[in-house]
Amino acid sequence: MSDKPKFVYVTYIRTTPEKLWAALTDPQTIRKYWFGITAECNWKLGSPWCLKFNDGRIADTGEILQADPPRRLVIRWRNEFKPELKAEGYSRCSMEIEMADYYPDFGGKAVKLTISHEIEGEGGTKFIEAVSGGWPKVLSNLKSLLESGDIAFKL
Amino acid sequence: MPDFKPRTVYVTYIAATPEKVWQALTSSEFTRKYFWDRDIEIEPKLGGAFALKLPDGKINVRGKVIAWDPPRKLSVTWQVEWPEEFSKLPECVVTYAIAQAGDAVRLTMTESHSWNVPEAILSGGRSGWPAILSGLKSLLETGKAPAIKMEPPKEMIEAIRAL
Repeated sequence: MSDKPKFVYVTYIRTTPEKLWAALTDPQTIRKYWFGITAECNWKLGSPWCLKFNDGRIADTGEILQADPPRRLVIRWRNEFKPELKAEGYSRCSMEIEMADYYPDFGGKAVKLTISHEIEGEGGTKFIEAVSGGWPKVLSNLKSLLESGDIAFKL
Repeated sequence: MPDFKPRTVYVTYIAATPEKVWQALTSSEFTRKYFWDRDIEIEPKLGGAFALKLPDGKINVRGKVIAWDPPRKLSVTWQVEWPEEFSKLPECVVTYAIAQAGDAVRLTMTESHSWNVPEAILSGGRSGWPAILSGLKSLLETGKAPAIKMEPPKEMIEAIRAL
């Protein structure tokens, strides 16, 4: 096994794969759970992808490496606003959506979302540390938004 | 006590108060709904006894309270007693840290081990905790927790048999 730093996060959400896919790719929805950041992309294989701050500054750029709605999205991803993170180069972020096996009598169906994020080349410690702090906030908000209509953590 | 090192960490942000999250972690009324029907028994003091019980009364996990600071930090030793073949695993330490984060609460679960535990054995907690803590969050925010069906990973069972 490689010792390359890698961030993996799993969350279970009471929603459908289609609604989760829509939440991961719709700019207006992304803005709600991602602290005003939104995405520009047409979510097809090879499409350019970017995240932008509220004020229009570019946060991250890359391209779509895999898009298989509503199951799998892989993004080639580089930070653009922090030089020490940008210097670590491109990363790969994969988002997998699966139906979870659940007990129907207790709270209904759920979808399993797995996010994995690692640097393409060597190193990448600072970038992975940064996303390790960010993803739990973003994904906690995404889960809250889909389940309750509101986010949990506001900046 | 031996030196326990963090090996698995899970962080979630919950729209609730620290007191409510503390209550959800320490009372059976809540654990039954998000922790696969388990009851929790915990003496509210340092050194107090801790156990997770299955609906038939069997002890699943037994331990001791090693940090009791409501509503901020709870730490327990964690010895699995059932399934029986898991009981040869050395005890680990499970710590919940609760912090105010804006209007929300940041809950951090840390599973720490005193030995060079193989990744295959860690896979048990790494698959279980996200289901448990996703359920806790849903329960506090919406009143309903999804109950995810889950078996211990095969690689974990094999690694325990090989110990």
